[in-house]
Amino acid sequence: MRYFITLFFLLCFGFSGFGQFTLRGKITNEKNQPLTGSHVHTNYKNVASDPIGEYEIKGLPKGELRVYISYLGHKTCDTLLNIKEDCVLNVKLTPSETTLKEVTVKQTSTKVSNSVSVQQINTERIERSSSQTLAEALKEVSGVSLLKTGSSIIKPMINGLHSSRVPIFSNQVRLEDQQWGAEHAPNFDINAAGKITVIKGASGLQYSGDAVGGLVIIEPLMVTKDTLFGKTILSGLSNGRGGVISSSIHQGKPTGWRWNALSTFKYLGDKEAPDYVLSNTGNREFNFSGDISFVKKEYEVLAFYSFYRAEIGILSASHIGNANDLYNSIENQVPNVINDFTYAIINPKQTVEHHLAKLNYKQKIDDSSSLSTFYSFQFNHRQEYDLRRTDNASKAALDLELATHTLQTNYKKAWEKWTLKTGINALYQNNFANPKTDVRPLIPSYVKFDGGLYGIGNYQINEELALEMGVRYDFSTIEATKYYQKSRWEERDYDADFIIGEVGNQWLTKPRFTFHNFSGSFGIRKTYTSDWTWLNNLSLSNRNPNPSEFFSDGLHHSTGQIELGDLRLQQEQSIKYSTSLLKKWNAVSVEFNPYFHWISNFMFLKPVDFETTIRGAFPVWEYQQTDARLWGIDLRSQWQINPTWKHLFSIAYVNGENLIENQPLIDMPPLNLSTSVQYKKSAWNELVLELQYELVFQQNRYPNYNFDATILVDGELTPVTVDISTPPDGYQLFNFYSEMKVKLFPKILTTLAFSVQNILNTSYRDYLNRQRFFADETGRNIQLQLKFNY
Amino acid sequence: MKNLKMMAFAITLITLTSCSNDDSPVNEEELITTVITTLTGGGQTITLTARDLDGDGPNAPVINVSGDLVAGTTYAGATRFLNELNDPADEITEEVQEEGTEHQVFYQLASNIGTVTYHSANTDANGNPIGLQFTLTTSANNAITGTFVVTLIHLPNKTDTGVADGDITNAGGGTDALAIFPLTIQ
Repeated sequence: MRYFITLFFLLCFGFSGFGQFTLRGKITNEKNQPLTGSHVHTNYKNVASDPIGEYEIKGLPKGELRVYISYLGHKTCDTLLNIKEDCVLNVKLTPSETTLKEVTVKQTSTKVSNSVSVQQINTERIERSSSQTLAEALKEVSGVSLLKTGSSIIKPMINGLHSSRVPIFSNQVRLEDQQWGAEHAPNFDINAAGKITVIKGASGLQYSGDAVGGLVIIEPLMVTKDTLFGKTILSGLSNGRGGVISSSIHQGKPTGWRWNALSTFKYLGDKEAPDYVLSNTGNREFNFSGDISFVKKEYEVLAFYSFYRAEIGILSASHIGNANDLYNSIENQVPNVINDFTYAIINPKQTVEHHLAKLNYKQKIDDSSSLSTFYSFQFNHRQEYDLRRTDNASKAALDLELATHTLQTNYKKAWEKWTLKTGINALYQNNFANPKTDVRPLIPSYVKFDGGLYGIGNYQINEELALEMGVRYDFSTIEATKYYQKSRWEERDYDADFIIGEVGNQWLTKPRFTFHNFSGSFGIRKTYTSDWTWLNNLSLSNRNPNPSEFFSDGLHHSTGQIELGDLRLQQEQSIKYSTSLLKKWNAVSVEFNPYFHWISNFMFLKPVDFETTIRGAFPVWEYQQTDARLWGIDLRSQWQINPTWKHLFSIAYVNGENLIENQPLIDMPPLNLSTSVQYKKSAWNELVLELQYELVFQQNRYPNYNFDATILVDGELTPVTVDISTPPDGYQLFNFYSEMKVKLFPKILTTLAFSVQNILNTSYRDYLNRQRFFADETGRNIQLQLKFNY
Repeated sequence: MKNLKMMAFAITLITLTSCSNDDSPVNEEELITTVITTLTGGGQTITLTARDLDGDGPNAPVINVSGDLVAGTTYAGATRFLNELNDPADEITEEVQEEGTEHQVFYQLASNIGTVTYHSANTDANGNPIGLQFTLTTSANNAITGTFVVTLIHLPNKTDTGVADGDITNAGGGTDALAIFPLTIQ
C-alpha cells in the first residue's frame, strides 16, 4: 500500500506543458560590468540577477507588466512592458548620488562560488520555519539531512557529513559553539537569518579550508531602507503546546545611520509521539540580535551583537545506566519513563548561551576594489545537567566556557574579466572546563591559535566559460590541560612526554599539537546557449581533529556510553569532485548533482567493546580513523505547471564505504525523497496551499557493530547481543502548509498561515536520531502562524 | 588607520582578561568506588566486596568474597556504598538513606540458593523499602554455587508491580552501582 501511495505521488505530478511567458535579460553598470544580485520586481514575482548579471522570470501571464530594477547605489529602472511572447530586457543602470533613497536589500557576501551548486533559503522560507531550528529550515535543500538527538537538538548533515565538517557562518563569523558534539545543536536563532546559503563541499575557501562536508552561510536580516519598518511573527504549536514570538524592527536614515534589532522568545512543553508523551522534551529559547551601522559612499562601519540562550530538556527515557538498561530499552521499544504532559524541564537537560559581537569596517578603494576588516568575539557557555545525588542535582555535570576572538581582513578586486579575492585571518580560542562540576569533564580546558591565508581568482574567459581557482593555507596549534586516569593513560599507551604532574591516581598532562594544512579548489562553469549550465568543481581540504576527537575520555552520561578520543589522530584529508547539470526549460528546471568524495584518515566514532565498571558494563565508543569513500546524487526539479500550480521534487542518495573495514560507513542518511505540489492564487488574498510528501527508506547499508554483553535475566547472568546497528524501518510523512494575506489593521500587512506536520500522525523512528533506541519521533503538529509587516 | 589601532587595543584587552584557567583536578565526590555487603549468621560474618578505584576507567572492579555460606542458615545482611578515592572514604550509604525515595537496593539470587527479603525497618518517607538492610536465607541444598547480584537503582518506580518486594524487573531508573558476587553454599 505504502508504495502505491509513493507511486501515485510520483506519477500524479508527471510532466505536461502549458502556455507561459518568460522575461529574461542582463543587468550591467555603465561600464558593462554585470551587477550581481540586482533586484527585479514585478507584480507577480521578484528575482535577483545571478553572478553574471542575468535574471529570468518565468510563468508570466499575457498582458501589461510593470518592472522595477534596482541595485544599491544605482538609479532604479521603472518600465512597463506588454507581454505577448518571451521577452528580453537588458538594462544598464546608472549610479545615483542619493544612494539611500533606493528600496534595496543590502548585498553582503552572496557570491560564494561560481563552480559549485549553491542552494539558498530565502526569507519567505525562513519565516515559515520561525518556530523551528536552523537545521530544519535547511532540510529543503536536497542532500541535507538532519542529525538529531531527540526532538529539539538538531544538526544539519550535508551529503552524509556533519558537526565539525559543516561549519556554520553567521554574518561572516564562524560560529564557535562547540560544534564537535553530535548533541550540540547550532546556537543560532533561525529568525535572525535573512538568507541562508548551503554549499555542498569545501569550495568556499574564503571561509575555511576544513569544511570537508560543506558550509552553511547565514546572512542576517539587514534591510536598509531609509524608512522605519517592523515585522512580528507569532506561532502557536499543538505539539509541545507552546509557541514562538519573534519581532524585529529596522530603520535607515538619510544621514547614513542604520540599525536593525530582533528578538525571539520560544516556550514549549513536552513533545508528543503518536502513542505517548516524550517526557522532559520541553525547551525554551531567548534570542536577541541587533546592529548599528554608518554607511557612506566610500566606507561603512558596522557593530553587531547577538545573544542566544536555550534550555533544552533531554528525554527522561534516554537517561540509561549500563548495557543492561540499553538492552532492555532496545528490546522493549517503549520508553521506560512516560509521565503526563508538563511544561516543566527537569534533569537531564542542557542550557547553552552564545554571545557574538562583531565590529566591521569596509573601505571602498576605487570602483573595482574594496577592503573589509572585522574583529569578532564569541563566548559560548554550555552546561549539561544530569540526574545526580543530593544537592549536586542543581550543579551542572559538564560546564564549558569557550571564548573565541577572530580578526579577519578581506580584499576584493575586479577587472574586466578577472576577479580576485584574498584575505588573512587569525583566531585565538580558550576553552575552560569548570572543575567545580565534580565530574571529570569529557572535554578539557585548552588554548588554540589559528592563522589562515587565502586567494581566489575568477576568470571569465567568455560569456559561456568561467574558471575559478583558489588556494588556502592554515596553521593551527592547540594545547590542552587535562587530568587522565593512570589506568586509562596506560591502557591507551600514550606518550609519557605529555605528562607534567601527578595527583593521586591521575596524571596531569599538557598535550600540544601543531598542524599546517593546504587546501585548494578548482572549478569550471560552462553555460550553453540552450539553457544548459554545467558546473565542475574539485576541492581539496584538511580537517584537524577537534577537541572531542582528541581528548574525550569517560562516560557520556546522557547516552550511557564511554567515549574515548585518541591523542594520536592525524588530520583528515578530503578530495571531492562534484558536478552539476542545470537545465531550464520554459516551465521546468532540473538540477542533477552527482559527487565523489574520498576522505583519508576519516575520523568517526566506532563502538568497539564494552568495559565493566562498578555501575555495570558500558559500551565503549572510540574515535578511530579509516579511509572513506562517499558518492551520491542529489536531484531536484521545479515545474511551474501554470500560474497557479507548481510542483517541486527532490531526491538524495549517498553511499558511504569504509575502505579499510570493507563495509558501509556508520550513520549515513538513507535514500530519501520529497515531493510537493503548490497552489497559488494571487486574486484570493495571495492564497497558498501546499501539500508535501516525504519518503525515507530504510538504510540497508550499515556496519554491524553489535556487541555481546552479559546481562542479568531473573538473577542469572545471560549472554545477549545488544543490537545497536540495525536501522529502523523506512517511513513516509505528509505535511500541509497554507497561507493568506489579509488586511486586519490599516497599514499592517497580515499573513495568516496554517500548517500541519505529520498529518497522519505516523509513528516512526529515524536512523539519524541518536535517541532512536529509546522513543519514537514526534507525532502530528498543527501550527498557526500570524505575521505582521508594518 | 585609527580604527585599526583601536581594534588592536580592544583585542589585547579582551585577550588579557579572558585567560585565567583553573588547573585544579576534579573532586569526584559522587563517585561510588566500592560496594560492601556483609552477611552475618550461623556464627560467622561473610564480607562481599566489589572495588573499582578507576571509576569509568578501563580496569574492571575487583571482587572479593571472604567465605562460603552454610545451607539452611539465616543471615542478616547490610550493604554499604563508599567512595574510597577520598581519604577518609566518603560514606555514600548515608546519601542513599537520606534520599530514600530516589533509591532502592535490589538483590538477585537464584531460588535454589536462597531467598532475600527486605528488612522492614529500612523504608523511605513513603513507606517503601530502600533495601540497605535485608535477610538472606540459604536453601537446604548444599555444595552448590551461584551468583548474588547487588544493584543500586537511582530513581526507580517503587510503586510498580513487584518493585517493593525487591523484584528489579519493573524498577526502571538508572544503575548507580552493580556488583556481581560468586557464592558457594557448603
